[in-house]
Amino acid sequence: MYRMNRRQLLGSSAVALLLMAPAAHAAIVRGGLPWKPGSADPPTPVMPGGWHYFTPQEAATVEAFVDRLIPPDPETPGGKETGCAVFIDRQLAGPYGRNESLYMMGPFQQGTKQQGPQSSLTAAQHYRKALAALDDACRNKYGGKGFADLSDDQKDEVIAGLENGSLKLDGFDGQSFFTLILTDTRNGFLADPIYGGNKDMAAWKMIGFPGTHYDYRDWIDRHNERVTLPTVGIASHPSWSQ
Amino acid sequence: MARRLPRKDAVIIGLGWTGSILAHTLCDAGLDVVAIERGPWRDTATDFPISYAQDELRYRLQHELFLRPAQMSVTFRNNANQTALPVRNWGAFMLGNGVGGGGVHWNAETFRFLPTDFIARSHLTQRYGEKFLPEDMTIQDWGVTYDNLEPHYDQFEHLCGTSGTAGNLQGKIQDGGNPFEGARSRPYPTPAQKQGYGHTLFAEAAKQLGYKPYPQPSGNLSQSYTNPLGVTLGQCTFCGFCEWFGCANYSKATPQTTILPVLLRNPNFEARTECEVMRINLDNTGKRATGVTYVNSSGEEFEQPADLVLLCAFQLFNVQLLLLSGIGTPYDPQTGKGQIGRNFTHQTISTAVGFFDKDKYNFNPFIASGSIGFCIDEFNGDNFDHSQLGFVGGGYIGQVRTNGRPLESMAVPPGTPAWGAKWKEALRDNYLSSVICGAACHASFYSYRDVYLDLDPTYKDRFGRPLMRITIDLHENEIKMSAFLTDKYAEILQQMGAKQVVKQPRKGPYDVTDYQTSHLCGGAIMGENPGNSALNRYLQSWDVPNLFVQGATAFPQNAGYNPTGTVGALAFWSAKAIRTQYLKNPGPLVHA
Amino acid sequence: MRDEANTLRRGLLGLALILSGGTAAAAAGIDAQNFGQIERGHYLTIVGDCAACHTLQGSGHDYAGGRPIETPFGELVAPNITPDPETGIGAWTDEEFINSLAKGTGRNGTHLYPAMPYNYYTKVTSDDALAIRAYLNTVPAVHNPVQPNQLPFPLDIRASMLVWNQLFFTPGTFQPDPNKSAEWNRGAYLAEGLGHCGACHTPKNFLGGDKTRQRLRGYVLQGWVAPDITNDQRRGLGGWSVDEIATYLKTGHSRTGAATGLMSETVGNSTSHMSDADLKAIAIYLKDQPGQGDNQKQDTPAASNDSAVKSGGKIYADECAGCHTANGKGIAGLFPALDGSSMVQQTDPTSLLHVVLRGARSVATQEAPTGAAMPQFGWLLNDDQVAAVLTYIRNSWGNAAPAVSASEVGKARRAFVERND
Repeated sequence: MYRMNRRQLLGSSAVALLLMAPAAHAAIVRGGLPWKPGSADPPTPVMPGGWHYFTPQEAATVEAFVDRLIPPDPETPGGKETGCAVFIDRQLAGPYGRNESLYMMGPFQQGTKQQGPQSSLTAAQHYRKALAALDDACRNKYGGKGFADLSDDQKDEVIAGLENGSLKLDGFDGQSFFTLILTDTRNGFLADPIYGGNKDMAAWKMIGFPGTHYDYRDWIDRHNERVTLPTVGIASHPSWSQ
Repeated sequence: MARRLPRKDAVIIGLGWTGSILAHTLCDAGLDVVAIERGPWRDTATDFPISYAQDELRYRLQHELFLRPAQMSVTFRNNANQTALPVRNWGAFMLGNGVGGGGVHWNAETFRFLPTDFIARSHLTQRYGEKFLPEDMTIQDWGVTYDNLEPHYDQFEHLCGTSGTAGNLQGKIQDGGNPFEGARSRPYPTPAQKQGYGHTLFAEAAKQLGYKPYPQPSGNLSQSYTNPLGVTLGQCTFCGFCEWFGCANYSKATPQTTILPVLLRNPNFEARTECEVMRINLDNTGKRATGVTYVNSSGEEFEQPADLVLLCAFQLFNVQLLLLSGIGTPYDPQTGKGQIGRNFTHQTISTAVGFFDKDKYNFNPFIASGSIGFCIDEFNGDNFDHSQLGFVGGGYIGQVRTNGRPLESMAVPPGTPAWGAKWKEALRDNYLSSVICGAACHASFYSYRDVYLDLDPTYKDRFGRPLMRITIDLHENEIKMSAFLTDKYAEILQQMGAKQVVKQPRKGPYDVTDYQTSHLCGGAIMGENPGNSALNRYLQSWDVPNLFVQGATAFPQNAGYNPTGTVGALAFWSAKAIRTQYLKNPGPLVHA
Repeated sequence: MRDEANTLRRGLLGLALILSGGTAAAAAGIDAQNFGQIERGHYLTIVGDCAACHTLQGSGHDYAGGRPIETPFGELVAPNITPDPETGIGAWTDEEFINSLAKGTGRNGTHLYPAMPYNYYTKVTSDDALAIRAYLNTVPAVHNPVQPNQLPFPLDIRASMLVWNQLFFTPGTFQPDPNKSAEWNRGAYLAEGLGHCGACHTPKNFLGGDKTRQRLRGYVLQGWVAPDITNDQRRGLGGWSVDEIATYLKTGHSRTGAATGLMSETVGNSTSHMSDADLKAIAIYLKDQPGQGDNQKQDTPAASNDSAVKSGGKIYADECAGCHTANGKGIAGLFPALDGSSMVQQTDPTSLLHVVLRGARSVATQEAPTGAAMPQFGWLLNDDQVAAVLTYIRNSWGNAAPAVSASEVGKARRAFVERND
């Protein structure tokens, strides 16, 4: 007779159980290292297509913005094509946008620069307000045109104005928005493509970062040599099928 | 209403490095031990596997392995004239969480302090005179010596399999090691790691300038190793995703890879995770701990009685729990009275960025471990004559670059715009040929009367308990020291062949948004008598003898090295005293 | 705790040495005063791994039954074998107890289902059986009524076992082979008797009986391959020394082996507590078992320019080499070597599919407590990619084994989702 499932529902190893202890809602660990087959928590890949947070207007503004922060050149695409706006959109639609991990209890008061940001706005709210204020400021300055409709030079003027504080946004700190969107754009450009930016690992290829390789034991002694490994990401392995 | 649980021999608050070391020692001695950990269980294959551990956004920028400020944070101000405000997102330091604590995602830089570090005040006043030290500097002698701790440094290094080259073996200086280090009884358990190009070039340049560079002692192992507990670690593969990240191939010394497999086999041990200790309970004399009260993730409250309490949480939270539990007297900076919260310190970190000719130099910065590179100790501690320099203290200087992670490797030459085509071009042209080493000058941070911890009067955690308030600024002493060390590092970068070196010495005011290691120390310091310390030389509370407080909380000031080696040594030293003396005869181990 | 375990182990070792000659004193019944008999019985229950079925995990009640045993014919529940007179075996006669092992019968001669591997335990001498009983008499009696028979009609009629026994069961205690050494015979007695290795490692026919002509050549159960443990060079223990086999059984780890899944429990509960002499004996016996012989087709590795092998090699470099190393040699005690691994070269790739798709924790034992685990890759690799990387490791570094197909992977993936272990 077959000797089949010799174990209980609770786990496979002879010694270890990661139990939900009755009435104590803690993971109680004793008797050995726990094991839960198939356990993993990989990042959820961003699927391109559509906007999860931005309105179409906001998306157009952000796409235009990121493409000036990181413009395209003949060798490497810019912020828009590499998906930086998609990256930001998905981030704002998630826990980052909701400031979920941040300490968000009041009272809120402005402090010194060294005390860091003290805004009660979430990142998602920050973008929404700032993008609206930005388009207003552009319309005022450039004869009714929103940011996305400006020429490249005009866009650069606007961004420089935000950066140095000369362009004021109504009821909003332009410099802090500039810092926020610059950081998020760079993150989108250079983070793993699984998050929606750095499309085809273009940014990594540009700088010469081979990606998420884990084993460089064969390379540590090869000083001053260009690494010839194919560029790979967490879920980006075009080399596997070449 | 707290539900009372069956009594345990010992309760351990926090299951990081010290919690694991203490738990193992006590269980081995036959005690029934429960460890209560605020964060989750963490394990290599299920939490940082090779298929997705290398995620800079998730783990470095969004701090997924760390405590969330939403769960617990702190407030910060530079001085008492300011209102402390919450640290809403981590910046200057990152606080560990979960089983393994900071030990999961540390660099594994494993140093010993210098013999003179333990007698800082008496040594410096002897050499330079009492007046040489700033009047408001409150450094103290530790109450233990390097010689007391040497066997326990050795014990921690052999637990970890630390890779290094000894510099002083039983008094004999060894080539290739640190000639300034205190004598060690035997060599490191594994040889030093292999080095990358940028690290090797630094060592050559340092030698040319007359220094004696030594490989940074590394808990990322150069070869597979089985420690005295029988646990096997693997060989580091230089993945470049070390600090802030979990190690996917068992090659970083962590509680998971060195102790927990054996600890969990002991039926006397139980870990309760996702449970937060609210306070340590005392009897009505206030001199005896009766156990702890904790809350699970559903908010249900439990009382865990125990005969012995080990406070093994991160430094800040050790102090917070002492204050919340009414143990000891809170420090008052006006009067100078009270031990809990004083002598809080951090680490004085600075660097210089070296830009090299991209057609001649390719550093492949992404090939690295968390504890690679070469250091020089000529300007650490009191290894050099300070009499004309106007400061005390020092640190190691090293090209100890750990990674080429893109978002942390965006240094561009001064004058480069922050965005646009020129920025993109500069990024492309400098990534492989620049040396960006965040903590190249890793120096001491001495203690001051006006740098301290207390409970915030306004801001609360999600249970309504006051947050820790940090009052900290940089003093003239550290600023001068940092400028000095940064200059020396810059010289070596020049010697390496840099075409441009941009110095970034540490300057005030202390900025809580700017990362400067998580080496927070002090707040319940060890010492020779209860008049100037919270703990005796065995880390036993002077106030509550059945309470021991582990970790860098005990450091009277911070020295010019990463603290974990010393934290581990103190834990073993304290554990030995508990096992061989305290358990046989519970009560104060030191009568001051 | 560790001191106690060591004392126990030394005690067991001492007794095992006395026993290793394979002969026993005349069966003299049970003597409750006989410490030696009880200790010997304790050791034998470990060898037989009775707890694996008769102890419910986490219940704190050893041998009190209640543990479900899944069979392709339905579910059985292991009975209570504590000395409780009402719900355990306290009221059984010694003869009834011996017959449960020797004949596969229970109280009043009712037939047991061969989930209780009486077709192996029949080899146990009555002396050893009585020693086991003597030990079981000393465990706490637990009142735990268990209804073992949960099979659907008509299989719930135990008399149906009569036919099965006719076909597949030959009762009788172990007969030593006079042409073999005492060690070999001891190993045979253990492996074919209490050790019941073939219960997992011997292929079965559709009625669940052993295919005795292919004994120990491997069998797939519960999502794992119990591998070939004959002396087959490639798929069995041919490349293992006697010492390596014994060390594997003791510590759970060898150059190419890391006990996981079902074997993790066997090592953890049973073989890691057996004496070095007994483990060596088993190893000697196993290495004398004939394998399937040369198989041209299976022994020819796939070409290195085969597209699956090439693509698999790239996947291997990125996802596997960080632990198992580029040359497949792994790290001793931590990451098994794949180069020359018999597990990798099993004809059936189920275990490989299991560890790749669901991950696996290797056993932690006293000597090798690390218990390293492999993460799951099912989230990252699609069926083609899993097939490619497994085909690569099965055919590199001198390995040779049939390629794995994407549809095999898909089938396994779906089957694993059903399992909860």
